[in-house]
Amino acid sequence: MAKRTEKKSEDTSTQFQEYTSISLSDAQRKDIIKNMLYAREFDLAMQRLNRQGKAFGGVYSQTGNEAVSVGSAYALGPKDVLFPMHRNIGGHFVMGQTLENLMLTFLAKEGSLMRGTDGTGHYADVSRRIYGNISHLGAMIPVAAGFTLASRLKGEYCAAMTYIGDGGSQTGEFHEALNFASVQKLPLILIIENNQYAYSSPNHVEFACNNLSDRALGYGCYGITIDGTNPELVFDTCKAALEKAEQGLGPSIIETITMRMRGHAEHDDFSYVPKEVLAYWQLKDPVATYSAKLLATHVYTEQELQSVRKNIIEEIRASIDAVIDKPFPAAEEAFKNVFID
Amino acid sequence: MAHLTFLEAIADALKIQMRKDESVFMIGEDIGTYGGAFKLTKGFLDEFGPKRIIDAPISEAAIIGAAIGAAINGMRPVVEMQFMDFITCGFNQLVNVAGTTAYRWGIGVPLVVRGPSGGGVGANPFHSRNSEAWFVQATGIKVVCPSSPADAKGLLTASIEDNNPVIFYEHKGLYRKIKEEVPEGYYSIPLGKANIVKQGKDASIITYGSTVHMAIEAAEKLEARGISVEIIDIRTLVPFDEETVLASVKKTNRVLITHEATLTGGFAGEIAARISEKAFEYLDAPIIRIAAFDSPTPFAPTLEKAMLPNTEKIIAGLEKLLSY
Repeated sequence: MAKRTEKKSEDTSTQFQEYTSISLSDAQRKDIIKNMLYAREFDLAMQRLNRQGKAFGGVYSQTGNEAVSVGSAYALGPKDVLFPMHRNIGGHFVMGQTLENLMLTFLAKEGSLMRGTDGTGHYADVSRRIYGNISHLGAMIPVAAGFTLASRLKGEYCAAMTYIGDGGSQTGEFHEALNFASVQKLPLILIIENNQYAYSSPNHVEFACNNLSDRALGYGCYGITIDGTNPELVFDTCKAALEKAEQGLGPSIIETITMRMRGHAEHDDFSYVPKEVLAYWQLKDPVATYSAKLLATHVYTEQELQSVRKNIIEEIRASIDAVIDKPFPAAEEAFKNVFID
Repeated sequence: MAHLTFLEAIADALKIQMRKDESVFMIGEDIGTYGGAFKLTKGFLDEFGPKRIIDAPISEAAIIGAAIGAAINGMRPVVEMQFMDFITCGFNQLVNVAGTTAYRWGIGVPLVVRGPSGGGVGANPFHSRNSEAWFVQATGIKVVCPSSPADAKGLLTASIEDNNPVIFYEHKGLYRKIKEEVPEGYYSIPLGKANIVKQGKDASIITYGSTVHMAIEAAEKLEARGISVEIIDIRTLVPFDEETVLASVKKTNRVLITHEATLTGGFAGEIAARISEKAFEYLDAPIIRIAAFDSPTPFAPTLEKAMLPNTEKIIAGLEKLLSY
């Protein structure tokens, strides 16, 4: 499995998608690349809006993370819940979130999912089983664990899938939540997106263990480290973890090795990332390599895939047009819902 | 009516709510087999079983975080902090998750975090803290500080039934010290309604929690000298019953505010500010605050006594107030 490495490659694409799932149908593969393209193109659109001064606050690119966010969320069952982090927009699309809702919310417009009280993917959408993150890293891991505990108490079952980075894995709540979930054998799947940089800090500033998934041993849960650029590998690994969770065997830590291809947020020029490292990971670009695989395996023709991508770009453009001139929420919204009845 | 201690009244409210509502469960450290550090949950495990009385590892952030997750998924968790001091370890969960969820998501977090607070029992800086004011400014969190067994029962019932996060402070010095008649069966007191403990006309003491009992003693002593003191127990800091407080100020024109928490940044400052904004012209004297000295709660009895408020300090404050 590809890991933190500075090895260079001359490869032209498909060697990084060697792993093929035996459980996915071609229709599902099409679905996966479609959601990855939504994530990528939404990301590019947000970057443009940010440069135009139309998207304010932090714009956190997820380019490079599509295989993780889509492959993992795609493994969820119909009652399972998603607790995404800020680079998991792909998961929102998998759960059926609409472009209009996302645009309204990211641009803090009237009618947005959080009435303008907060932005980005921090929202919750109960009907789509999405419970967003807060900015404090690690804070939602125990919350996701507790969500599944409640289902157990009600005599129901749901697994929760949540995410953390190579930096957020160093928080106290990461540790407390993993230990608690392991003790309680809760169906919690924690995906660690090891994208090499926590803001500007490389892995060696953040931790001293070999793999972050090694920590599973210390909690008494499952742990594995995998390539985070292959959506089928991510999907199968998550499926296996979800099956173990449903059997009552407790949580899994799945460390996915990826690369954050842009800065922490758009204001950050990420000049601290060596150019050769970016060049290497560019070859592993999950959208490009998975697209190449689907062409090579005749799931799609070049023309079909181009048309899928074109339609997505068109849909995103239309969602921006529909939303961009909407007003911000009325000022009195600021005074509502501090408490609810 | 049943004759119950403060601790028994709290346990009574918990049991009644757990019998009444399947969605109520408890989670905390040593609350099951051991029955809690103060034995408040003694017998709970036998009656409700390990699914609803959950012994958790020493992980306050995970306990509170998991309770928040359970609350947004339809449950009504009651978290026991072994000592309220340890709430600091779960501060992020309360302030940043629980306190912002209704505002951001429009989803209620029906969570109660309760446990023993307060000093005066020789318990050192880490088992004596009164941290209620911190959460007043956090926004989105209700803060309850009962002073009597009946109030503790009624307010805890209302706290569990509330759809918002509630922090419920139980002064440990009161647990077995006071015993009174408490209504049997289901009993609820709405949050945000002060209690006029005693009517008076010469001065008002605005207080809550342990200092209510010191205020009563002080008022009784002044009564012997022909001075009539009114006592308002605000009972809940959030929501705050401004109306009852202002009515008392307008009646007596002299105000002393006392709480066991440290002075600077304490809730007395907020009460004083509201009075000066809304009833300034009714005041015949500057407002007096009697609160703890701004330090950690010390261990040695001599030091702790010097640091905390007491009846004598309140009497001295009233004398100053009345002689202005």
